[in-house]
Amino acid sequence: MKHKRSFKEWIRSRDGQQVLVMLAFMVVPLLLLFLFTYLPFGKMFSFSFYNMKYVGARKFVGLKNYIKVFQRKDCFGALKLSLYYMLGSVVQLALALYLATILSFKVKGGNLFKGFMFFPFLINGIAIGFIFKFFYTRGFVFDTVLQWCGFQLENLPYWLKDQRINNFSLVGTSVWRYFGQNMVLFIGAIMSVDSELYEAAMLDGANRFQQFKYIIMPSIKTIITLNVILSITGSLSAFEPPYVITDGANGTGTYFVVMHEIAHTQQKVGLASAMAIVLLVIIFMATIAQKLFFKYVFKNAEDEDPRAAARRDKAIARSIKRQERKAK
Amino acid sequence: MINANKIGRALLTFVKYLSLIFFAFLAVLPVVSCFITAFKTDEEYQTTNVMTMPVNWFNFDNFVQAFNKAGMGRAFINSTIILVCVLFFSVMIGTQLAYVLNRFNFFGNKLIRALFLFASQLPGVAMQISVYEIMYNLGFINSLAGYIIMMCGTDIISIYIYIQFFENIDYALDESAIIDGANYFTIFYRVLFPLLKPAIVTSCILKGVGTYNEYYCANLYLQDKKRLATVATSLYTFVGPLGSKYNLICAGVIISLLPALIVFILCQKQIYSGLTSGAVKG
Repeated sequence: MKHKRSFKEWIRSRDGQQVLVMLAFMVVPLLLLFLFTYLPFGKMFSFSFYNMKYVGARKFVGLKNYIKVFQRKDCFGALKLSLYYMLGSVVQLALALYLATILSFKVKGGNLFKGFMFFPFLINGIAIGFIFKFFYTRGFVFDTVLQWCGFQLENLPYWLKDQRINNFSLVGTSVWRYFGQNMVLFIGAIMSVDSELYEAAMLDGANRFQQFKYIIMPSIKTIITLNVILSITGSLSAFEPPYVITDGANGTGTYFVVMHEIAHTQQKVGLASAMAIVLLVIIFMATIAQKLFFKYVFKNAEDEDPRAAARRDKAIARSIKRQERKAK
Repeated sequence: MINANKIGRALLTFVKYLSLIFFAFLAVLPVVSCFITAFKTDEEYQTTNVMTMPVNWFNFDNFVQAFNKAGMGRAFINSTIILVCVLFFSVMIGTQLAYVLNRFNFFGNKLIRALFLFASQLPGVAMQISVYEIMYNLGFINSLAGYIIMMCGTDIISIYIYIQFFENIDYALDESAIIDGANYFTIFYRVLFPLLKPAIVTSCILKGVGTYNEYYCANLYLQDKKRLATVATSLYTFVGPLGSKYNLICAGVIISLLPALIVFILCQKQIYSGLTSGAVKG
């Protein structure tokens, strides 16, 4: 009886109230996080040791699924296609950075250009699939535009069937969809740079390229690093373009497309889980390796910074003197 | 000397606008060609080049047909139900979680943030292999409610947007409310929640566009396409026998992306700032 009363008191006290509100507010999100992320994560790990379908009997097979992942050509070999997507993401980041630099300064119709380039990011995946099936069809949009530029239709390949070119076509759609979004992120980062820095550089007579190299680049290197890391892991798990446009036909099936097919069409859940685990480990290692790499690079870069800063200060002082002399 | 400088600057301006126009053209070309084709009659579509303008810009037949064939009326109702529920619950859950994580310093606070961050790094397609089994066991396959519950889980980006916003709300506000005798629930609902409005709008727009466009899980878990299609998955109707009638398909595609376009035109600023604030922290 005594214990119960003290509990009642405790719950009315501020400490008790705190615990109560914390429990009430965190139970649902943590439950959802557990149910749809960490429980499946654990289950995936255990599935990978079984020969099983979603329904029915399961048979423990040890590491056989993992061995299969590395042996089957369509599984591990599909990772080669990531190279196309990595190349694409390099192009995408460079393009986004270039356009972001242009759009961060005064440009007529800047908002309109930005909007046009960003909008593809907001289109749903299936619509994108149809848009590009249409776009790449023989004699349709892309071929027509190339014909305007003087190409002959006979000389153009089948963009989605020709195995020499179709992966590039798919990567192109991914660049098309995401470069605008990257650009917006970069513009945000560039805009957060103190505008006095630009004025000082202008006084100093720095040209646009120097401004880019010494002011813009250093201030947005964090977000660039982040995007490089994201795009490499993204390339390893490339999925959407082949899934919605070619359905993985004609040698366009990336690792995830193959995995999706094995899991949901063939229902070899164990093998698909092993594939997922293998890729997660690879992504995890790639992320760590990149973080270490960038840490190393930036450490060296920071060693140069003080000297560059000193040079900048001197240059500013000099230009002020020059102006004073002119004023006289 | 001055002349050379002028020429250089003019050249730079020229290159600048040329690249902007070129890439903007590339960005809109696929969608614009679709738009053009959507207005063509069957005969026009078969006889003219895809890039020639339609004869009649008021030929909405394809839109009507696509809307009916793909059952888009039903799909829009489903998508609206999903959108309203997911946004309502994820705002409630997300703001509450952010409130606790920002206002209370407790053992495990950092761990919970890390758990959400790590979860956001896991590729969705891979996770669905085993989520499917859980959805199956819960009886959530072909259940709109089940799909909604799965989509409600808060994402790290909205949590960051809320936490950032909470950081700018003075503690004095909480304290004065406590002195007035309010408990923590009242503080949250009466004092802080109304102040969060801008952050809620931003995260709702982002999450809303994401939910509206989601097709992978919708296709996986809402298999009964007659009854449970969303706007995005209703487009699957055009796979198969209708697969080469692009004037019809393009009309369907244009209908499906109209809501996103309208939201984009109205809320550009929030979308940009939401993306940026989410990305810098993550």
